[in-house]
Amino acid sequence: MSVDATDRRLIAATQAGLPLTQAPYAEVAGWLGLGEEEVIARLKALQERGIVRRIALAPNHYALGMTANGMSVWDVPDERIGTLGPKVGALDFVSHCYQRPRALPDWPYNLFAMVHGTSREEVEEKRKRIAALLGPDCRAHDILYSTRILKKTGLRLKDRKG
Amino acid sequence: MRRAPLPEGSLDQADRAILTALQDGFPLSSRPFAEAGKDLGLGEQDLIDRIVRLREIGAITRFGPFFDAAAMGGELCLCAMEVPKERFDDVLALVNAHPEVAHNYERSHRLNMWFVLAAEAIGDIERTATAIERETGLTVLRFPKLEEYYIGFRVPL
Repeated sequence: MSVDATDRRLIAATQAGLPLTQAPYAEVAGWLGLGEEEVIARLKALQERGIVRRIALAPNHYALGMTANGMSVWDVPDERIGTLGPKVGALDFVSHCYQRPRALPDWPYNLFAMVHGTSREEVEEKRKRIAALLGPDCRAHDILYSTRILKKTGLRLKDRKG
Repeated sequence: MRRAPLPEGSLDQADRAILTALQDGFPLSSRPFAEAGKDLGLGEQDLIDRIVRLREIGAITRFGPFFDAAAMGGELCLCAMEVPKERFDDVLALVNAHPEVAHNYERSHRLNMWFVLAAEAIGDIERTATAIERETGLTVLRFPKLEEYYIGFRVPL
């Protein structure tokens, strides 16, 4: 699945955000020399194809009090992960939940779940809830706290010509 | 990005309602703020002014379309490295110099550097990871996503 040159320009123009003006899509259209209807139609099409996940506001977890987050990691049997993954992902304090490959012997974990809370204690409590949910299917687990953000940028699409 | 909680009283009810409602989505129409404001009981300009302020005080990190790099034909890969303490800053500079490094976090673990590589073309990820290994002399463990069970999270307000 790919995008055409105009879609690429549209993505490059909006990846830092929409202008906060009364007619933001018209403004973006002006930057690109397109019509407002075309910008709206293209964004709709990109959304239908899943290239745009959503158009929305992203709250800053930290500013809003969710200052603690941990990457919890779990070793569960491969034949059970298809059942267990969605259950962990459905918990309201889990923001991302993925199956990833193990890196044996260093890293036995195949299920990753980001857990958020207002304090380290709260995150630990939530981690216990995941452990209880997994029960005997959990063979080993750990949690990694972020101690520093070293880089954080959005998607950076190169603005290719053409 | 602001990492400290906002002071008590920074947000009123309307601000909280905006943050809650617009996490889910924003209209694709000619006057989207007027449309979104209707549901919130806010005028068009009032909603815009409030979002401008929320951005200024650091309550929001982004406002606009969220793209899925994988759906565009690109790739994402979570990577981890065990970086010796005394080399941490030097290795960090080498890693962050790659534009493919989208996020990078220090974490409390033997594997102490965790970053996401994002690239538009298949093969770029592997090339970048290999380049980082060559430049740093350290192993880059690759944890590409095999299955996604959930993505999206609503901050309770």
